[in-house]
Amino acid sequence: MPTFTLNVNGSPRTVEVRDAAEPLLFVLRNQLALTGAKYGCGLGQCGACTVLIDGEAMRSCTVSASAAQRKAITTIEGLGTAAKPHPVQAAFVAEQAAQCGYCAAGMVMTAAALLAKNPKATRDDAQQALAGNLCRCGTHQRILDAVVRATGAKA
Amino acid sequence: MSATVDRRDFLKGAGALIVGFSLHGAPAAQQLPSAEKAIGKTLDVNDVDGFLAVNADGSVTIYCGKVDLGQGLRIAIPQMAAEELGCAIDRIAMVEGDTALTPDQGPTAGSTGIMRGGVQIRQAAATAREALIGLAAEKLGRPRGDLEVVNHEVRPTSGGPGVRFGDLVGDRRFGIKVDAKAPLKDPATYTVVGKSLPRPDVPGKVTGGHKFVHDIVVDGMLHGAVVRPPTIGATLADVDESSIRSIPGARVVRIKDFLGVVANTEWDAMSAARALKARWTGGGALVGDAGVRAWMKAGPFESDESLVKKGDAKAALAGAAKRLSAEYYWPMQSHASMGPSCAIADVREGKATIWSASQATHRFRATISRLLGLAPAGVRVIYVDGAGCYGMNGHDDAAADAALLSRAVGRPVRVQWTRQDELGWDPKGPPQLLALEGALGDDGRIAAWRTEMWLPKATAQLPNIPLLGPESAGMPQAPGLSTGLISQNGNPPYAVAHQDVVVHWLKDAPLRPSNLRAPGKIANGFAVESFTDELAAAAGRDALEFRLAGLSDPRGIEVVKRAAALIDWRARPSPGPGGVGRGIAYLHYKNNETYVAMAMEAEVDRSSGAIRVRRVGCAHDCGLVVNPDALRQQIEGQILQTLSRTLHEEVRFDRSNVTSVDFASYPLLRFPDVPRIAIDLVVRPTEPPLGGGEAASTPVPAALANAVYDASGARLRTVPFTRDRVRGAFA
Repeated sequence: MPTFTLNVNGSPRTVEVRDAAEPLLFVLRNQLALTGAKYGCGLGQCGACTVLIDGEAMRSCTVSASAAQRKAITTIEGLGTAAKPHPVQAAFVAEQAAQCGYCAAGMVMTAAALLAKNPKATRDDAQQALAGNLCRCGTHQRILDAVVRATGAKA
Repeated sequence: MSATVDRRDFLKGAGALIVGFSLHGAPAAQQLPSAEKAIGKTLDVNDVDGFLAVNADGSVTIYCGKVDLGQGLRIAIPQMAAEELGCAIDRIAMVEGDTALTPDQGPTAGSTGIMRGGVQIRQAAATAREALIGLAAEKLGRPRGDLEVVNHEVRPTSGGPGVRFGDLVGDRRFGIKVDAKAPLKDPATYTVVGKSLPRPDVPGKVTGGHKFVHDIVVDGMLHGAVVRPPTIGATLADVDESSIRSIPGARVVRIKDFLGVVANTEWDAMSAARALKARWTGGGALVGDAGVRAWMKAGPFESDESLVKKGDAKAALAGAAKRLSAEYYWPMQSHASMGPSCAIADVREGKATIWSASQATHRFRATISRLLGLAPAGVRVIYVDGAGCYGMNGHDDAAADAALLSRAVGRPVRVQWTRQDELGWDPKGPPQLLALEGALGDDGRIAAWRTEMWLPKATAQLPNIPLLGPESAGMPQAPGLSTGLISQNGNPPYAVAHQDVVVHWLKDAPLRPSNLRAPGKIANGFAVESFTDELAAAAGRDALEFRLAGLSDPRGIEVVKRAAALIDWRARPSPGPGGVGRGIAYLHYKNNETYVAMAMEAEVDRSSGAIRVRRVGCAHDCGLVVNPDALRQQIEGQILQTLSRTLHEEVRFDRSNVTSVDFASYPLLRFPDVPRIAIDLVVRPTEPPLGGGEAASTPVPAALANAVYDASGARLRTVPFTRDRVRGAFA
């Protein structure tokens, strides 16, 4: 079975992929036990699987694992932990910005990518940046408040 | 009262509130590492030991039959127990929805988590507290009245040494019944209930560590997928097994018309399901989404039922000078959970263990036992968080799929539905059609009202919604429909001397239905509160004043006034001068539960038909509020989810099958369209706690329709409010 190396959360990880078309999402989840990114649609329509690839928020369900070689992949687990959260994650906790939480990792990763580019993002900026991320529980207002909180501004 | 000393060495070290569980390896104990040791405990809802245990270290474990689907029971119910027991919230752990450990408190549905489930556990905790005081009184040689519970010990109110819970009953059973008369704490002395404590699962959910059912791995597990027919009801003619030969380890499982694949990896299972060539015949002849409305009027019908009859509505309508009538339609909608349904089943040697996000693990256990012919004692269903479900989505179907595949291959099998499976095959919120007639009296108030409803009839005592996999496999299941209580709130919540509410019960539904959040009451509220607005406009009266004139319940009046204040309501008749419109709607949920009013501001672009919701104000009275912030989360969620349902959602289907199977064809509300939301909670600590998970959904569509009318003069009576439909309303 073809074996190659992915650079995930700063470490080289060896994976075995039978089918070159296998999306990065399933390799992260099932081979590397990085289950934070979620399968929501497999079509790039919902954002639940969002990870950072070379700093860009990307849909790991529509990028093949083989195409992600030699790129820097950051998953939600690499962003921060419950004990040492990234500022975006800390803001999500402070705003209690998750209900079922299935979309949460994708929201956090998209927000982190936004703030890396625009540390002073406004609520409007966040609404645009998150336009491709779906939430069914209706946590949107808190997610927007969390993004604004993470910039240090008042919601 | 004294606790018997039946020493059992269970639940050692169950200290902190643990909501996840360790990754990989067999997750035998789903929620608490130590919970397995408690297997064999009583599940009786009449026993204190059914609901809670005091561990040797004094920490407390709660066994809760209701589950946290994202709505915050995981903090709110421990708060209720902590309050009565004098416990620290972080020394209470809660096991949810495990049929081997938790009593059957009924499905987590109908907004009953706190009002029934939490209240039951609160009473068990109060009983336990009284028992602990009794034991301490003996031990300390002091009268009960001199003792109080504080911080996991019973101690004299006058000071001096107390005795710790762990030393009184640690690791032993109470052995007493829940006492319905055990006194509850005076709400004026609450220190935990009423506090916005953070939910314990949020940090894990935003850092990726929280384990969903989608994330767990059982030793030896294979991955499965089910191939559904291209046409609903089709028969499987033949399968070309060679079509998946290129996928090593993939194999076909066929049981009559049930067709599945099992493979070594998730991607292999998905690929095999896609590649598998099969020939199907027959099926179909569905009415199609465009035909639903006419179909509902045509029947066939089961029966007619009169739900409300006051005075003589027909005569009053016939004799009225000013009379209005209108028809409202709500389409079939999907739960559209963010994660397609997933479950793991291990069916071997006459036993079954199923990990599922089911809302009703006990009910599902009985179903699986019946379907697979297994003794109930050999079936265990363990709740694990799934994607939010808002009613019965595909969770139980996926779990039945997994059980069939596991039984066939003799290994644990995980089934992950695809997005197309979920939107195509989840049971749908049923369609609703309402025809309303109303008359205005000379005093400008509602003189007569008649509601006629066309609704699919839920089957009485249906043991379980018929599940897809067993249906295809030809396994006997009780036929019937499940819808939830969809005929409530079809009456006006205002004083009307003459009113009729009748329902024409349909024998069937266009697609398999199930309960979807606030079942029926969203559509009924949409019709009733939109039509109230039509009457107010016809009377030339301000929509808020018109409502207040018909209300006498002070709790109803309070929420209506407070909601209006949130958007700075100014009295005038509708429609307004154009530009920004405002609307209001009010519901008394199920006519006897939560009071909720919604005020909304919206703009309408006449050329594009686009609606922009600017701000939403909600006033909400569900009596005692256990956790105000968690309740606010629920209300915000209901507002946005129902805006999504109102503006965008309708299941599309043709003669063969559902065609809206992705988020392009079944769109949801997106971030750029999220309005500002303000919530005013009416807090009544001395009233019983009522539901917070459904009521706030119900006034949303009418508040929006009324705002659109106020802004534009266009009256929207059919959901969703698509751009085409809005433009059509101007024509």
